[in-house]
Amino acid sequence: MEFPSLMLEIRNLHARLGDGREILKGIDLAVTAGEVHAIMGPNGSGKSTLAAVLAGREGYEVTAGEVTYLGRDLLALAADERAREGLFLDFQYPVEIPGVNNMYFLRAALNAQRRHRGEPELDAGQFLRAVRAKLKELEIGEDLLQRAVNVGFSGGEKKRNEIFQMAMLEPRLAILDETDSGLDIDALRVVATGVNRQRRSDRAIILITHYQRLLNYVEPDRVHVLLAGRIVESGDKSLALELERGGYAAFGSVG
Amino acid sequence: MTVSIDTRDTVRALSGAVYKYGFVTEIEADEAPPGLSEATVRFISAKKDEPEWLLEWWLTAFRAWQKMTQPDWAKLKLAPIDYQAASYYSAPKLNPGPKSLDEVDPELLRTYEKLGIPLKEREALAGVAVDAVFDSISVATTFKQQLADLGIIFCSFGEAVREHPDLVRKYLGTVVPQTDNLFAALNSAVFSDGSFAYVPPGVRCPMELSTYFRINAAKTGQFERTLLIADRGSYVSYLEGCTAPQRDENQLHAAVVELVALEDAQIKYSTVQNWYPGDAEGRGGIYNFVTKRGACRGARAKISWTQVETGSAITLKYPSCILEGDHSIGEFYSVAITNNLQQADTGTKMIHIGKDTRSTIVSKGISAGRGQNTYRGLVRVQPRAAGARNHTQCDSLLIGDKCGAHTVPYIEIRNPTARVEHEATTSKISDDQLFYCRQRGLTPEDAVSLIVNGFCKDVLRELPMEFAVEAQKLLAVSLEGSVG
Ligand SMILES: Nc1ncnc2c1ncn2[C@@H]1O[C@H](COP(=O)(O)OP(=O)(O)O)[C@@H](O)[C@H]1O
Ligand SMILES: [Mg+2]
Repeated sequence: MEFPSLMLEIRNLHARLGDGREILKGIDLAVTAGEVHAIMGPNGSGKSTLAAVLAGREGYEVTAGEVTYLGRDLLALAADERAREGLFLDFQYPVEIPGVNNMYFLRAALNAQRRHRGEPELDAGQFLRAVRAKLKELEIGEDLLQRAVNVGFSGGEKKRNEIFQMAMLEPRLAILDETDSGLDIDALRVVATGVNRQRRSDRAIILITHYQRLLNYVEPDRVHVLLAGRIVESGDKSLALELERGGYAAFGSVG
Repeated sequence: MTVSIDTRDTVRALSGAVYKYGFVTEIEADEAPPGLSEATVRFISAKKDEPEWLLEWWLTAFRAWQKMTQPDWAKLKLAPIDYQAASYYSAPKLNPGPKSLDEVDPELLRTYEKLGIPLKEREALAGVAVDAVFDSISVATTFKQQLADLGIIFCSFGEAVREHPDLVRKYLGTVVPQTDNLFAALNSAVFSDGSFAYVPPGVRCPMELSTYFRINAAKTGQFERTLLIADRGSYVSYLEGCTAPQRDENQLHAAVVELVALEDAQIKYSTVQNWYPGDAEGRGGIYNFVTKRGACRGARAKISWTQVETGSAITLKYPSCILEGDHSIGEFYSVAITNNLQQADTGTKMIHIGKDTRSTIVSKGISAGRGQNTYRGLVRVQPRAAGARNHTQCDSLLIGDKCGAHTVPYIEIRNPTARVEHEATTSKISDDQLFYCRQRGLTPEDAVSLIVNGFCKDVLRELPMEFAVEAQKLLAVSLEGSVG
């Protein structure tokens, strides 16, 4: 199969909240298959908003700009269509779904995506075999599968579970929103392993973070600084180190 | 029983017409003229060739019914019912009482096949015996011989009256008296058939017993009677399913179910109620006004009700337990869904009479569209019921903002040693939950159905396996169109 090498192209994206407050003020970004991009910026700069708009969350209005994903108009697709087209969002705050078995949830999601691609669904046995292999890679206990989705999970468990879902769903474009925050060093290593395994020439990853810590484990191809709804600087991985030393102040005032 | 519903996709393909069982069977029927009077009662009795004592029983109930009025305490919008407009008896014409399944009218067999209930034993689901009630009469009962070998009686009510009159007379009306309420009195006046089961002492019934109720004829009601007796130390699991054609006028279903569990006996009674709910504008649908009650008559007896109520225009029912025996146990697990203009007022009564009796109530109400859903429950601890315990968990889930959920618990405690706990929650399906599911690739409908199934899990897991799968699919179908 041929993949367009340009996976995601964002041009002049403006988005505002329901109350009219503009959060994204003209974002430009191009991500090529095989790349890892890091988006860094202080709290409140609009990182999660960008992720939400790309994933198709309701409650945001795109007032200008375009987004092309694998050659298609991304903004014309519903949230679940985007997911079935291979766009994955690793949530900064994963959501609890009481009573829904974690493994059942993931199988329902995977099968929805497989149906969309015209692939046969996995039965419980096949799914379990696939799951076991990934669990081992990510050092996740099997008991996590039998609990209700994110209910009573520790912060670290939630993040690992997101990475585990990504590993099972094998998205074309993964957007990870602060997956590293609040993790101890062991969890961070596991998350980084998961992300690195996701790297492939036909996939791309956008890492949203405000620390450079994760970037010690996952080496980005490009680093962008998001400040008050705009990308104010882009560079290679050395930019992250620069930020670590000098902070965001060098890029102008926040607000 | 496998009330097999295909995938949701098939259902969706019906573009709006989501009720899959709305077809009518063309079959020649024997019908009573519309109207209800002593003459009607006598007409039905004669049709069925019932014994004199039963006719007297019916007439007593009829006379009581005439003096009763429609209950007004339920939280329902319900116009007065015109009892004279309906017919109280409709039976497919068949060779008088088929002796074996081979003699059942093929048109009826096809109907049940279409409903997913093959009645031919070699095709039937292993481990489930079915009594098929079609309008006013039972048309077939499967696996009777295998059950009889163990001393278990499982047959239509009419046959029980003929073959086992002593058992019927001993227990009929002892749990739900003829005059219990308007609808029970109506049932007691005209019930023409239903199911009967008796499990002898110490026998564990090896298969699920089930009744499948089908209303077919227009302008009739269904008034069936179920009587289930579990003798000392026996066990039986009973399933009940039901459907009706899609019609614009309302039809009344007023059933009575009586359960008797003697010492150390256990009865598990599961219902998946899928009567035609009416259309999106609230036209048509079944009025499901049934009285279900079980008595734990001996020490350590246990009765467990599980219900999944998805159908009917209006549901009014309170499957209850009278805990007479010391250490007896009552359970009620319920899921009730109201979508569009459906209304449900449902719950249970747990009457603690014996010492150290225990009851558990788990109620999950789901309201969508403009549906109105009320949990109404009574926990009563009588003076003698020292050490009685109850735990009630009552959760409501709202989908959209035009529906309603109401919780009306009554607690009456007359013994100071009783421990009664009541927990209630009301929640909405959050945008966060919906988005999370959709971001993983689930359609909005599948997302809602997943979240709702999670919400109902504590009830669904009480259902026998075969039923649980059906119930899950049914929940999804019932909520079609509830998210935009
Ligand atoms: N759904 C929302 N409702 C209200 N305010 C929001 C919402 N989403 C984002 N915001 C606001 O938009 C701004 C950017 O937030 P966010 O995108 O979460 O930033 P970051 O992820 O970079 O910390 C903040 O002022 C935040 O309060
Ligand atoms: Mg954020």
